[in-house]
Amino acid sequence: MLDIKNLHVKLEEEDKAILKGLDLTVETGKVHAIMGPNGSGKSTLSYVLSGRDGYEVTDGSAQLEGEDILELEPEERAAAGLFLAFQYPVEIPGVGNMTFLRTAYNAQQKARGKPEISAAEFLKLIREKAAELQIDADMLKRPVNMGFSGGEKKRNEILQMAVLQPKMCILDETDSGLDVDAMRLVADGVNKLRDAGRSFLVITHYQRLLDHIVPDVVHIMSNGRIVKTGGPDLALEVEKNGYAEFLEDA
Amino acid sequence: MALPQAKQDATDARLAALTMPSGGAWITQTREAARARLADMGLPGRRDEYWRWTNPATLNAPEAGTAALHAGESEMLFGEHDRLTLVFTDGVLDTAKSDDLALEGVEIETLESAGAADIHWARDVYGQLEAVGQSPVARPFAVLNTAYATSGLVIRATGKAAKPIHIHHARSEAGADTMVRLAVRVESGAELTILEDGPAAARMNMVMEVDVASTGAFHHVRAQGRAPERRAITHVFARLGQESTFKSFTLTANGALTRNEAVIEFTGDDAAAHVAGACLGDGKDFHHDDTVFVTHGAERCESRQVFKKVLRNGATGIFQGKILVREGAQKTDGYQISQSLLLDEDSTFLAKPELEIYADDVVCSHGSTSGAIDEEGKFYLRSRGIPEDEATDLMTIAFIAEAIEEIEDSSLGEQMLARLEDWLARRRGD
Repeated sequence: MLDIKNLHVKLEEEDKAILKGLDLTVETGKVHAIMGPNGSGKSTLSYVLSGRDGYEVTDGSAQLEGEDILELEPEERAAAGLFLAFQYPVEIPGVGNMTFLRTAYNAQQKARGKPEISAAEFLKLIREKAAELQIDADMLKRPVNMGFSGGEKKRNEILQMAVLQPKMCILDETDSGLDVDAMRLVADGVNKLRDAGRSFLVITHYQRLLDHIVPDVVHIMSNGRIVKTGGPDLALEVEKNGYAEFLEDA
Repeated sequence: MALPQAKQDATDARLAALTMPSGGAWITQTREAARARLADMGLPGRRDEYWRWTNPATLNAPEAGTAALHAGESEMLFGEHDRLTLVFTDGVLDTAKSDDLALEGVEIETLESAGAADIHWARDVYGQLEAVGQSPVARPFAVLNTAYATSGLVIRATGKAAKPIHIHHARSEAGADTMVRLAVRVESGAELTILEDGPAAARMNMVMEVDVASTGAFHHVRAQGRAPERRAITHVFARLGQESTFKSFTLTANGALTRNEAVIEFTGDDAAAHVAGACLGDGKDFHHDDTVFVTHGAERCESRQVFKKVLRNGATGIFQGKILVREGAQKTDGYQISQSLLLDEDSTFLAKPELEIYADDVVCSHGSTSGAIDEEGKFYLRSRGIPEDEATDLMTIAFIAEAIEEIEDSSLGEQMLARLEDWLARRRGD
């Protein structure tokens, strides 16, 4: 599904290398987790893959189902099936959550040459998904993420994922700022979306999210590279002993 | 005091090109008085404080110039609304295209007919609210209109109007130079809505006076279109009695020069006035000016000014807004916000928010901001598959929404929103 080879990325403004030859393959239908300490480049990886400005790819490639995505616009990547659940979902005053979701849904339909759906059909679709995530009608009416609690913002990310049905989902520290109950709700939402045709890359500091979203593969990231890959047990090892033994010298 | 020579010359030249319409005693007296007032104050010049940012030259000139006619410019808005439609073509009531002047709860008469009478209720409104509104800031184009307006309507709401009155300003000539006048009286407990749209003229001078008696309600929704070269100077003068309501919203897209002045005075307690505007400007030939003056002369009145401008490709937007709270106007609640969204670095927004307060128990706030599109927000939208230009439009609409929300009737608000979306879509090339 996702093939990243020798990816080198620097911050445009600071001329500072963040990713230094990252290799990663996520197979179709699998859940991979990336763990790593602060500053290892985890969030940069998620932003570079989703096409945010401010990063320069100096070497390497990233392919989604064989298509090179690094040259695509963010919306083209989304249409290709990539989705980033933001660590800090952005508040957009004035744009209704429902309008936003329908616009996004229809934009992706259009990009894929499929028919747009009517407001009424969309309402039906979203009500069902929202109920599963305990998102009430008021949250759908409010402007995007405005006045949402931390938990509501993360649930809203998962709602978008459920509506847009991407193939490759990247979750950037989706557990940050969540209490146990909220985390469980979010994890349940993600688990419902797991299927043979969809892959996940779950980025997290802590092992606890991985109790709820059990990964197939766990990677440890340090200083811009994957330094260790293993099964779910690797996450438990990190939880017990910390990152020290995996860290490379810069 | 003698006028500066340049101003004197400009005023003389303009007046020489105009003929005062004939009428009955009351209107002739009012017109002649206005002409004398104008001779004293002169037409505006760049040195006048309130014209520093808007060049009045083309509004002053004896010749109106032209604004090319465009296919589709006269397409009417408000089509889905049950309304009484009155069409002015080149500034004159076009009876063939208009509904009859008959509406339950309202008396409507042409200015010509009302003016022909020797005495008429309109004498207490026509030119009267305008004259009061000349202090402390002179508004010469409104005086010009009082003296020379050739056409218009006098409207008296005596009950709840059965439906809105829609005034459509059409034109047939590229050189149309119009002066249209509305004098409106909303009687105690009555309600009236006036809708306006249409390209109007190469140069339009429009004045509307609205006298709202106690507990009366007046709503005004206006869409200024569409011809890119047209120029317009408009004034709304409102006098608000006790517990009355006044709401006016204007959407402006296109036009080389537009100056919309609103002059509101509270004379009765517990009244509310909301004035709002949304403007979309594209190109260096676009200049849009909102000049608002709200006088609180009574207690516990609420005023809101909400103005939003989206400017790109070198467009210019101006906002001059003032809240004056007179001595004794306690518990005044005054609010004013003017904001611009600058879509590039070539566009300009100039704002002069002012408060002048002579009462000690009031709440007044004003704010003015100027900013670009939030890139974080735009990336968020794009990351969900929304193309960049569509994301920009979505955020542009969101920016304007606060002004549109000032329209009380949400179905009218939706029509303004649709107009805005059309404008954006046309520029996207959809």
